[in-house]
Order: sequence, then structure tokens, then C-alpha cells
Amino acid sequence: MSPADRFARLPALYAADTDLIRRARGLDVECKVEIGAEPFFLSFRNGALAALDRGPKLMRSTTFTFRATDEAWQQHWKRVPEPGWHDLFALTKRGAASMEGDLRPLLQNLQFFKDLLALPREKA
Amino acid sequence: MAPKLDPMVGRYVRTDIEGVPHRLYFEEAGPADGIPLVCLHTAGADNRQFRHLLADAEITRRFRVLAFDLPWHGKSTPPEGWEKTEYRLTTQSYTAAIRAFCSALELDRPAVMGCSIGGRIVLNLAIAHAREFRALIALEAADFQQPWYDTAWLHRPDVHGGEVCAALISGLIAPQSPPVSRHETLWMYMQGGPGIFKGDLYFYRVDGDLREKVKGIDTKACPLYLLTGEYDFSCTSEDTTRTAAQIPGAYLQIMKELGHFPMSENPAKFREYILPVLAKIS
Repeated sequence: MSPADRFARLPALYAADTDLIRRARGLDVECKVEIGAEPFFLSFRNGALAALDRGPKLMRSTTFTFRATDEAWQQHWKRVPEPGWHDLFALTKRGAASMEGDLRPLLQNLQFFKDLLALPREKA
Repeated sequence: MAPKLDPMVGRYVRTDIEGVPHRLYFEEAGPADGIPLVCLHTAGADNRQFRHLLADAEITRRFRVLAFDLPWHGKSTPPEGWEKTEYRLTTQSYTAAIRAFCSALELDRPAVMGCSIGGRIVLNLAIAHAREFRALIALEAADFQQPWYDTAWLHRPDVHGGEVCAALISGLIAPQSPPVSRHETLWMYMQGGPGIFKGDLYFYRVDGDLREKVKGIDTKACPLYLLTGEYDFSCTSEDTTRTAAQIPGAYLQIMKELGHFPMSENPAKFREYILPVLAKIS
């Protein structure tokens, strides 16, 4: 399964994580996550993942973007990631990921987004 | 049934640091005539990071372990007038605080173990004050590290300081560390005073660059031990290895399955690495 295909399963993974949903209360944001070359548009409404739209969308506006290479996501989602691949900022520091836009909602909810983007990780 | 008490005892000591009166909180365990081992917590945290070391009978059999909260941290009382000051840790103020604590407790050539900023300042102690100490242990330390985020996010009105500090550093904990220890480590970061983590990082990022200076460390005057967790991407294994290579006689250990907070994120794993070092010192 490609990294993008794995990420496409996010709505089901998120729906099953009641603790993560609890922590997202009050979150309203439109953001973009790029899995390699493939963009995903996420819409959060009061913590609920109202939409996950896959693929390019003409003139879609988002607050912030987090992107990483296919290799970075594959490494990050290993059951036990190797050193240097185990955190979003480890990825940005090594140049395998980047973030842009208005980062305020990301930083206001940083642990939430770290945990959200780790949901496709292989389970033990 | 007898109460289940942890063995460490907490007290406050009064001392002046750079001419300013301070009331420092510290915890200690071990015999009064044991080898003094002073522990320095990471930026934005407090002495609780060392609670497992303080409760380790194998260590406190020989060592008098002392862990104090830096001024502005934990239960140490911030100095009078703190509300009119922007806190900034510097090489000078940090060194002065450590020497003042050791002097106030009348410690005889203590060993000092510091982590992260505590590790960096240990390198400065080795550079400038080696003969005052019997051994220096630098955890997660290097002469310089590449920044990996903008510290402006740590203290602003629209972002919860405690939560963002904890969330940023959470990635420095190894994935193998037990969840209970991971979250206890994060809890301490959530409890720091406003702007204190950021103020500590002034020392780390701006004022504490020790490149070139570490070449002057004389490990014959005082042994130096460098230990870094492989999952620490702030102070990487490469950073510490590069630093050790410039210091003849320095001990180097890269710690498997550990990150930036070895003593609190995985006390059992850290013990495997620190006991042999403490055995060399005692």
C-alpha cells in the first residue's frame, strides 16, 4: 500500500481514537497534508474531521500545510521508527518535510497534530 | 500500615547568586559523607527529572545525590522583582548558580551531572572550573547544535506555553520509552513558568556556543563523561561524537533506545548506562 493510500484511511483511524477526538474539542481549521506528491485537504469542525479530500483541488484555500516525502512517511509510520524519522520536527530538521502558511493552529494544537499524523503507523 | 515514603528529602537553601538573594529548592538522598553528585535538569523543567536516581539505593549507597531547581524553575522562588524582568539564562548566570549552590551546601569537589542545557553548562564547567569538580557528566550535550524550531512560539498570548513546550519536546523522547515515563516528563514541561523555557534557550542558542572552546578541556584535571541518546535529534549522536573527538580523554557513550531525557523518560534503561560511569567515579 502506498503512503498516500495509507493516509486515505485517516477518517476511520481517527473515528476509532476517542481520546484524540476528545483532545480536539474546539478545533476548527482547514489544512493540507502532502504525502509525497499527493495533497490531502482536511477540514476540522469542532474537533470532528468533517472532510478529507484527496488530490489537487483548484483554488482550495488552507490555513497551513505540512508536507513530507514518501520515504519520510514510510519511515515515520514504521512500528518503531528509526532515530531521526520518529517525529515531525525530526523530519523537518533532516530536510524530509516542511511546513508553511499560518502555523498558529498547528502550534496551538501541536501534540494533537503529531498524534493525528502518526495514526497510520503500523501497530504492534 | 507504615506510609510508603520515597527516600529523598526536599529543602530550601538561601544563597546569593551574582549579588541577588535566592531561595533554591533541592532534593537529596544518600549519606552525608557520600560523594556529592549534583544533578542539573533540562531547560524549562525541574529537579523531578532525577527522582528515580534519587531513589536508587545502589547509587545513594555511595553518592549523596542532590538535585536543585534552577532559579525561576520548579519550587525555587523567583528573585524579588521577577515580574519586571524578562528571564534570560546566560553562561555566566548559569555557572554562577551552580557554583553558588555547591558553595552554599559546602560540597567538597562534587561530581556534576547535567542534561541538555545542563549538559552544555557542564562543558563550560570543564572549560573554566574543572579543578572545583571531581567528575563531570554531560548528558545530551555538544559544543553546538543546529536549531530546529523558532523559540518565539514558546511564549505568546495566543498559544498555551505549557502545552506547546511539551508538544515540541515530546518528539525528543525515544519511542521505546514507557508511556508513563514519557507523560510524566511532558507534565513537567507543561508546568514551567511563562517564558522560562524560552529564556533558558537563550543560553542554549545564543550565548552558550562552545565551539573551539571545548578544545581547551583538560580531562586530567577533571574526568568528563559524554552520554547521548540515539533518538535525540536536538543534540544528535553526531553532535556529541564531534564534541568528544575534540577533547582528549573524554568518555563517549551513545545510548540505544533513549532520547533527550534519559533519566526521566526511561529510568531503567538509563540506569544501564549511568551505573558504569558512577562506578568509575566512586
